[in-house]
Amino acid sequence: MAVAEGHASPQALSASPSDASRERAWHEVVLQTLKRNDIRLVPYVPDRVLTTLIRNIHADPFFTAFPTAREEEAVGIVSGAWMGGMRGAVLMQTSGFATLANVLASLAIPYQIPLIMLVSERGTLGEFNYGQSLVCRTMRPVLDSLAMEHHTATRLDEFEFIVDRSIKQAITTQAPVALILSPLLTGGKVFEK
Amino acid sequence: MSDRMSPQARTAARNTKVMNRFDLTSRLVARLKHEEAVIGGIGNTNFDLWAAGHRPQNFYMLGSMGLAFPIALGVALAQPKRRIFALEGDGSLLMQLGCLSTIAALKPANLSMIVMDNGVYQITGAQPTPAAAVSDIVAIALGCGLANSAWAADEEDFERLVDQALSATSPTLIGVRIDDKPGVGATRRDPVQIRERFMLGLGVREAL
Repeated sequence: MAVAEGHASPQALSASPSDASRERAWHEVVLQTLKRNDIRLVPYVPDRVLTTLIRNIHADPFFTAFPTAREEEAVGIVSGAWMGGMRGAVLMQTSGFATLANVLASLAIPYQIPLIMLVSERGTLGEFNYGQSLVCRTMRPVLDSLAMEHHTATRLDEFEFIVDRSIKQAITTQAPVALILSPLLTGGKVFEK
Repeated sequence: MSDRMSPQARTAARNTKVMNRFDLTSRLVARLKHEEAVIGGIGNTNFDLWAAGHRPQNFYMLGSMGLAFPIALGVALAQPKRRIFALEGDGSLLMQLGCLSTIAALKPANLSMIVMDNGVYQITGAQPTPAAAVSDIVAIALGCGLANSAWAADEEDFERLVDQALSATSPTLIGVRIDDKPGVGATRRDPVQIRERFMLGLGVREAL
């Protein structure tokens, strides 16, 4: 039931899967870019759109991946790991990001921890749950109110650049970053009855 | 009265002596000989860690209530050869009980958790926690799958449990009942310095 992957971006749809030079899927870009930047620890709270990425990260022994009960728990874990010399990134959904204002303002930002967050965007471009669309509207105002770096990835051709440069900037400037994965990139989650 | 043992009776919470946070923290620190890391949770827990004498391997949390164990888990995963202790209050842990299941699932052998249980939010005026009269923190930890969890009966028992934790092959949790005294010191609230000194103490950074 690869619903999320089935609604891939227009660029991805235009490439034939049998084409040897086919474009990589967005989730392959994430996995490879995390790896290239030595990001080994991946705690997450799952999201439908992230299913394939999570499965592939679990299957790759390079990574230590596991679910957490809450997103802020995952933020605490990667913060501790970074101080101990191991890089990490947290995977979550829009509604999970909405639980993070306190930990961003009291841990990641003031302690200057390069927290890398990949947020699957629910709540827009075909959302079917009103609550999701409301909570989505809080995400960018929270990021902006804390003056946090964030990017919304919509195009596969820009995606590797955004992910790779954002990771490097987070680490070198010791500042958190949120990468918001738009339904334009991932296909999003669509109503299935 | 039911003849079934309550969780409290099973984990002997009612037989534990009411101790003091600063005294226990000092006893813990005195037993650390191998640059073990210690993560102090929000408020009194890290104030007493600070007051017990600053160590380069101490981390003091100035917010993010409930995240002492998750932060300690991250350090434990990054540095599997180092022993990590985390000090957390009962009210803080109630905010993030799910982390006990995460830790039980990952089984980091080098992680030891200490819960300072006074049943109150001491720092905000000693209001009782919702758990105070009804819940047993060690029973919760056991139920989460942390089999190596126990109440410390008194100071001597606490030291024995710490010594066990120092050579444990699975994560350990020690519950201690404490009085309602405030912390005896006050951590210098400089998050960047706290973080940088901790990383120096863990050997991740070199001094400028």
